[in-house]
This record gives sequence, structure tokens and C-alpha cells, in this order.
Amino acid sequence: MTGPAVGPGSIAVMAFQLVVLVLLAPFVVGVMREVRARLEGRGGGRIGQPWRDLRKQLNKEALRPESSSWVYLGAPRVLLATSLLLAAGAPFVSTAVPLDGAMDLFALVSLLLLGSVALALAGLDTGTAFGGMGSSRSMTIAALAEPTILLAGFALAVRVGSSNLGALIEETQDNPGSVISPAILLAAVALALVIVAETGRLPVDNPSTHLELTMVHEAMVLEYGGPDLAKVELASSLRLTVLLGLWGNLFLPWGVATSTDLLAVCGATAVFLVKLLGLAVVLATVEVFIAKWRLFRVPELLAGSFLLALLGVSTSFFLA
Amino acid sequence: MNPIAFGLLLAGGAALAGALAGVVAPAKVRAAAVGVLTALTGVGGVVAGVAALDGERWSDELTGVIPLAPAPVAVDALSGVFLLLIGAVAVAAGLYSIGYGDPSHSDDRGVVLPLFVAAMLAVPVAASVTTLLLAWELMALTSLILVLTDHRRRPEVAEAGIWYAVMTQAGFLAVLAGLAVFASSVGGEAFTDLRAGAGDLGDGTRGLIFVLVLIGFGSKAGMVPLHVWLPRAHPEAPSHVSALMSAAMVKLGLYGLLRVWFDLLGGGPRWWGVVVLVVGAVSALYGALQASVATDLKALLAHSTSEHLGLMLLGVGAAGMLAAEGKGALAGLLVAAAVLHALNHAGFKTLLFLGAGSVLRATGLRNLDAMGGLIGRMPVTAALVAVGVVCAAALPPGNGFVSEWLLIQGLVHAIGPEGEGSVAVAVSMPLAVGVVALTAGLGAIAFVKAFGVGFLARPRSEAAAAATESPAAMRLGMGLAAAVCVALALGPMLLTHALARVVEALPALGADDPVRRDGVGLELAAVPGSMSPFVLAVALTSITVGLVFSLARRRTRNRRAVPIWGCGGVHLDPRMEYTATSFAEPLTRVFDDVLGPQSDLAMTPYAESRYLIESAQYRREVPDRLEARLYPPLIAATSWWGERARAVANGSVHRYLAYGFLGVVAVIVVIGVLG
Repeated sequence: MTGPAVGPGSIAVMAFQLVVLVLLAPFVVGVMREVRARLEGRGGGRIGQPWRDLRKQLNKEALRPESSSWVYLGAPRVLLATSLLLAAGAPFVSTAVPLDGAMDLFALVSLLLLGSVALALAGLDTGTAFGGMGSSRSMTIAALAEPTILLAGFALAVRVGSSNLGALIEETQDNPGSVISPAILLAAVALALVIVAETGRLPVDNPSTHLELTMVHEAMVLEYGGPDLAKVELASSLRLTVLLGLWGNLFLPWGVATSTDLLAVCGATAVFLVKLLGLAVVLATVEVFIAKWRLFRVPELLAGSFLLALLGVSTSFFLA
Repeated sequence: MNPIAFGLLLAGGAALAGALAGVVAPAKVRAAAVGVLTALTGVGGVVAGVAALDGERWSDELTGVIPLAPAPVAVDALSGVFLLLIGAVAVAAGLYSIGYGDPSHSDDRGVVLPLFVAAMLAVPVAASVTTLLLAWELMALTSLILVLTDHRRRPEVAEAGIWYAVMTQAGFLAVLAGLAVFASSVGGEAFTDLRAGAGDLGDGTRGLIFVLVLIGFGSKAGMVPLHVWLPRAHPEAPSHVSALMSAAMVKLGLYGLLRVWFDLLGGGPRWWGVVVLVVGAVSALYGALQASVATDLKALLAHSTSEHLGLMLLGVGAAGMLAAEGKGALAGLLVAAAVLHALNHAGFKTLLFLGAGSVLRATGLRNLDAMGGLIGRMPVTAALVAVGVVCAAALPPGNGFVSEWLLIQGLVHAIGPEGEGSVAVAVSMPLAVGVVALTAGLGAIAFVKAFGVGFLARPRSEAAAAATESPAAMRLGMGLAAAVCVALALGPMLLTHALARVVEALPALGADDPVRRDGVGLELAAVPGSMSPFVLAVALTSITVGLVFSLARRRTRNRRAVPIWGCGGVHLDPRMEYTATSFAEPLTRVFDDVLGPQSDLAMTPYAESRYLIESAQYRREVPDRLEARLYPPLIAATSWWGERARAVANGSVHRYLAYGFLGVVAVIVVIGVLG
């Protein structure tokens, strides 16, 4: 099977999808903050606040800590580049994107890991204890999350016989009944838990914390400011959006266009927005009711999701 | 003249000339002469390997090499890929050694280095049991001498040498026993005889041969629990020797296993595959875990070798299982993935060991906890090591990512959408994928730690602060290795024909053409799946470069350097930085039961008050638990046996003559009874 032909249509779809995701990502964060604020009885900002923060940071002076190197300066760019590549290359509004044959589920996972590694190195580069602590913790979580993601991907790929993202989505569209098979449900739960861990949400990490000792992601990026911080913030909101969108498309694939037809893509974009916002609201709502776990309880969560994914693969074999 | 024969002749000639130069060349130019000739030996290997992968074949019988018998030699694509690998590593290591080794401070005059390379090249060329064993033993001896290079200066080298000597000889005995059983059962020792006779052997004999050969070749490949020599011998050897051993020599264990299993024995039952899959998985996980908690840079790299060889064994084991079930296409894919991973690993492990050697030479340090800040002091080394780190952590766009992707594809597709395949496959493949993924994650931790703590932040010791960049020859060696890594990362699609030939050379797999080239991408031939490392690399690089030159470029051009935030404290000491030990601490806690870390806290209070602490000492170690459990009883038993044997050998010549006489009588009686 070859990927879709690279033509002007598919490149336009890729560019459109990239623009949509980049514009949308900070709003997703804004919506989640708003939902949490309302449910906690606070006033909250407005959902455009993350965008305004980014604009403000981009206009600030760029600084660099003494004793930092090109790794510190390069990390936000590598992180953002991986997120942009995923936003452009994975099928969000249409499976007819030119990178579909050049990237599959496992390559996508590795690209995410590359971003995490870049940021972890930057955390060590500053030479503060907090930066090192953050990168040590985030690498530990990322390493333990890795098997679950790949196994959940395995469970999906077994059914279709391919780990190609477009093929996964089209197959589920063709056989809608298969979504409620035990294998897919287990994989969905496992992947959801991993997304929570990978994007630094509760209960693994608190995205709004400012207490250094409990931080993971924030401790790593503590030294960043101005345009560099803007890149890190944009990249992490984009990662969240990409992962949520991907989860939505893999397990609720309806509405994703399979061609570059203008009408289909527009319809698919609307459906995608609804899915994404729905998932963001659900995630934010769940976060209100849980507290952050101790770092050393997190491996239990990840081991649990690994087991779910393993059961997912096994059931897809034994109950096929 | 056949290009393979030409390449091998060049290698042999250059090796002899190199050894000679080590003796006669004046001290001033000795290192350069030996280094260049070692590199030339490698070039010979590369020429022969490329020719063999291009479809050439060569076989001959050398007379006069082994007394009383001709020495058959043959090169096919499987030999070719290992010739290429060894040769390429030798080129980088040879050039590097010119700058690294200061012959006046070393016991090694450079005689052995080219001979070691030649001995390694001889292993995949050998085509009879005797020839193979001879080359194998020569390789073991020369490498042992090289490990012992610094024994006068550092006493710990001797201990590493003893471990290595014992393990490599035990492995040799296992290979010897296995191949001797094989040769005597089929009544011939040339590979052609073995191939022809393997089909008539009984299941028991075949199983015995396989297990013996697996132990022997597995110990060379760093298979757990026979891995104990790796983290001892690799760190103590000079760094270019570590690179040769870790990147090239251990792969010959993989070669031997592939050769005997899928070629000479013509494949085997499913349990062989299961055994290799399990030991591969255990080695990969254990090696990755040890690497991620190691603080000695070269030991970390050695453990990581054990990890990557484990991944290759895992792939080969899974291939064996699938081949036994008649799924030849997938088996071929997995073997191709393992072979490609061997090439990739050779690239980045050479680079990383040479980089570690640069650090060692500049600072005298192997302990990561004392390093830091080297990126500003050794910018070229740091940048090249960064390339190696991306590759070794299996991150895109590195080369390690490509072969691990292939490996995962092979494992994933073993359970098809129709649910065919046995229960054993259905149970083992998901677990294998989990192991590969966890290994990749732990590998990322290990290399973030190695690079982040070793090269970034501020120096943690005066030695690290005083580091300077390495000489040109060393940078050249590292640069070559890095260039090969980049080429392998961008152009794996150019290797698809070579991989197909390697798989063809193993008829027992029943596969052809595992991976196809699809434009600039890779496409799996037997199952759906495609990926393009080239496109990903180009896209990633161009977006990153675009970001460097776009968003708020105006404001980022002249960055002011400002002090880091010290939580209100003004003076931030490098002692407050995270170290390798603290970086790995969460992981050590998570894998507490596996690793069994030992910590020791001693508090000394003031005499007047027990609540005021005068000094506190904290020590923490993560010993190799498998080694601590398995080996002391073995060593104790061996010593006991040695002590008992002392009574038998008391130095009396009469006694020894009597033993000889009794021995001859016993042999005659046995022959008389049996004959």
C-alpha cells in the first residue's frame, strides 16, 4: 500500500490543517482553563488568554542564562518543530495528507519522544537543580509511558494489519462496529491515560502549579522567558491538541475526510473542532475532581495502562 | 581479480605492514603509521564487504595456513555485511588512534591493533570449523592483549582482563564443543559438508549443537547473564579498542548465530526461537536498565551495547519462531531489521566510544558526576557526540530509529488481522513490543543523562573545567563515524538490495526481499507499512532551521546572558547541579526490586552533642545483581576445585610421568573395548 499521491490538493490540505491546529492549540488550553475555573467557582480568564500571553512573550527581550549552550537555545525550536510536523503530517481533517506514507503511528510516537528529549536536555543545560529535577522526572515518565503507547498502537494495528494512521482511520470508518470491540476500548483507555501523562496533566503533573518541588514540565522550562518561552508554550499546547485530536480520530473517526475535496475537508474541520473541544472539556472536567499524585505513584498508573494495552492486544487475537 | 579477494588481500597486507610498523617504525611516526595501516586494513574489509553485498561471491581453499589441512574460505552476502561493518569501524578507530594513543606512555606499541582487525575480518570469511575457530581464538587473544594495554598504570585493568579472558575462553569452549559435535556427526568440517549433512541429524543432536553454539556466540554478544565481561573490559581498554570491541567484535556473536542457525543447520524448531527471543528480551531490558543508572560513561556505553545486541537477538529469535511456523516473509523482515540495527549500532557506538575517549583524554574522567560544561570547551566533540546520542536513543531522525521501527513492524505484523498464527506468537509478540518500547525509553534516559550531565551545564570538577578540544586525527575519526551515522539515517532505502541479499543468503528463512525502496521512503514488502526517514529528517530539519530564522529573530539575535534563578540565593555552586546519580534516582526507585541499589549513610556527631552533625558520608551503589547472585558461587566452586587439584599436581616429575602412562593405558583400553 502506498500513501496518497503528493499533489497540490494534498499539500493544500496539509497547510490548512497546520494553520487550523496552530491557531486552535492555545484556545484548547484556554477552554480547559475556563472549564476548570467555572467548575471550581472561579471567574477565570477568557479563552483567548493563552494567545494574548504568547503575543506578549514574543515581544519581550530574549535572554539566555549564563553557562547555557546551543542546546538550551535549540530545544524550544526542536520541540516546536516536532509538534508542527505532527500537526501537518498526521491525519486530522483528512487522511489525504502527503506525509501519510512517510510517517506512521510508531514514527509519530518517536517524534513526540524527540521533543521530550530536547526539552529534558535544555532542563539540564541551565545547570539549576530545578531544571535537572524536571528533566529527570519527565524522562522517567516518558520512558515508562513509551511501552503503553506502542502496545496501544499494536492493538489498533492488529485489527487493520497496518500501523499507518490513514489506514487505521479509514478502516474504522468502514467498520464502525469494531470501535466497541473490547480490544479497541482497552486500547482507548490505555492511550487516554498515556496522553494524560505525556501532556503533563493531572494526576501526573499539574499544569498550573507554581510550587517547584511538585513540578515536572514547569521545572524544566523555569529558565525560559520571552520568545523562547512562547515557543515552548505553543509547542506544549500543540502537543496536547495533536494528541487529543489523534485520540478523537482514532477512536471516533467519523467525519474525517478521505479525500482533498473542498466540501469534505470543510465538513471534516467542523467535526474535528467539535470532537477536540468535547475532549478538552471532558479532560478539564475530570481534572477538577482529582488531585495530583505523588511522582512514585505515577509508575503504577502507567503499569496499569500497560496492562490494559496488553489485554487489548491479547483480546484482539483471542476474540477475533 | 575478484574484488572480494582484492579487498581481503589488501586487508591482510595492510595488517601485516601495520604490525611490522608497530615494531620497526621510529617512535615519532609510529602511531601515525600504525593508525593509517589499521585504517587501510579496514578499507580492505569495506571493499570486500561492499563487493559481497553487491552480489559478488568468492570462495577458495588456502593451503599452508593450517597444518595438515586446507583452510576453506568463502564470502557471501551475510559475511559481506559483517566485513563491511568491521572494516568501517576499523577505519574510524584506526585514524582516531593516531591522535589518541601516546606510544611513549603505553605498553602497546601498536603491533596488535591491526592484527586484531585482521582477525575479526577473518571470522566471517572462514568456511570450515577449524578455520572459524582459529580466527575466533586469534580475535579473542588479540583483543585480550589490547584490553590489557594500560595494565601497568592502572591495577583495575588486570581484573577486567581476567574476567574477559575467562569469559571469552569459556565462550570459545562452548562454540568449540558445539561445532565439534556438529562436525563429527556429519563427518566433515567444511561448511559445505555441514550444510549437506545437517538435514540427517537427529533432533537431540541439533538441539545440543544449537544450545552450545548459542552459549558461545551469545557470550560474545553480551547476552545476559554472560554479559559480565562487557562492562569491565570495554571501559578499561583504550577507547578506540573499546569502539572496535563494542561496535564490531560483539557483532560476530550475532554473525555466528545467524550462520549456524539459519545457514548451516538450516533452521530449527520453534523453541530455539523462543529461547533466543527470551534471552534477547532479558538482555535488552537488563542492559538498558543498567545503562540508565550507570555513572561511568564508558560502562554506560558498554551496558548499552548489551542492550542493543539484546534487541538484535530479540529480532532474530522472533524470526526463528516465525520461520518455524512458515512465515518466511516476516522472518526475513526481522532478520533484515536485526542486521540493519547491527550496522546502525556499529555507527553510533563507534562514535560514542570515540567521543568518550576524547573526554577521557581531555579530562581523565569517566565518572559523569564529575563532568559537565564540556560543550563549551570541546565544541566539536560535543556536537558529534550529540549526533551519536540522537542515533543511540533511537530518536528520529537518527539511524537507530529506522532499524527499531523495522523491528517493531516485524513484531506487530506477526499477528495478522485474521488472527492467524500460534498462541505462542500471539503471547510473545506483544510482550516483545513492550520490551522494545521500554528499552527505547530507558535508552533515552541513559543518553539524555550521558549527554546532559556530561556535556551541558557547568563543570563539576576542575578537571572538567580544564578540558580542551581533541587533536585533528581524533576529530576526523569521530567525524567519519558521525558521517556514516547520518548516511545510514537518511539513506536506509539505498540498502534494501543489500538487505535482500543477506536474507537470501539464509535459505532457512524462506524469504526474499524484506524491504522495498519506495522513492525516498521504505516500504515493507510482505505486509502493509511504509515510512520515510529521509522525508522526516528533511522536514524536521527545515522546520527547525526555519524557526531559528523566523519568529522574533530581531529580538533573539543579541541575547544578553543573565544569571540563573537561584531561588533568592545569589551564589549557585556547580555542586547544586543535578548529577548522573540524581538524574537516575527516580528510575532506581521505580525499578528498586530489579536493581537492588545499596546505600550507606554514616553520620558522625560532635562529641558534645549528638544532635549536631560533624560530618555525614553517603554512598550509593547499584551493583550488577545478576552478577552478584550467579558468579560468586561459580567462582568459589572453581577455586575449590583448583585447591583440590593442587594435591594432584605436587611438582613431582615421577607423578606426572605416571599420569601420562596411565592416560595412555586408559586410551588403549577404551579403544580396545569400543573398537
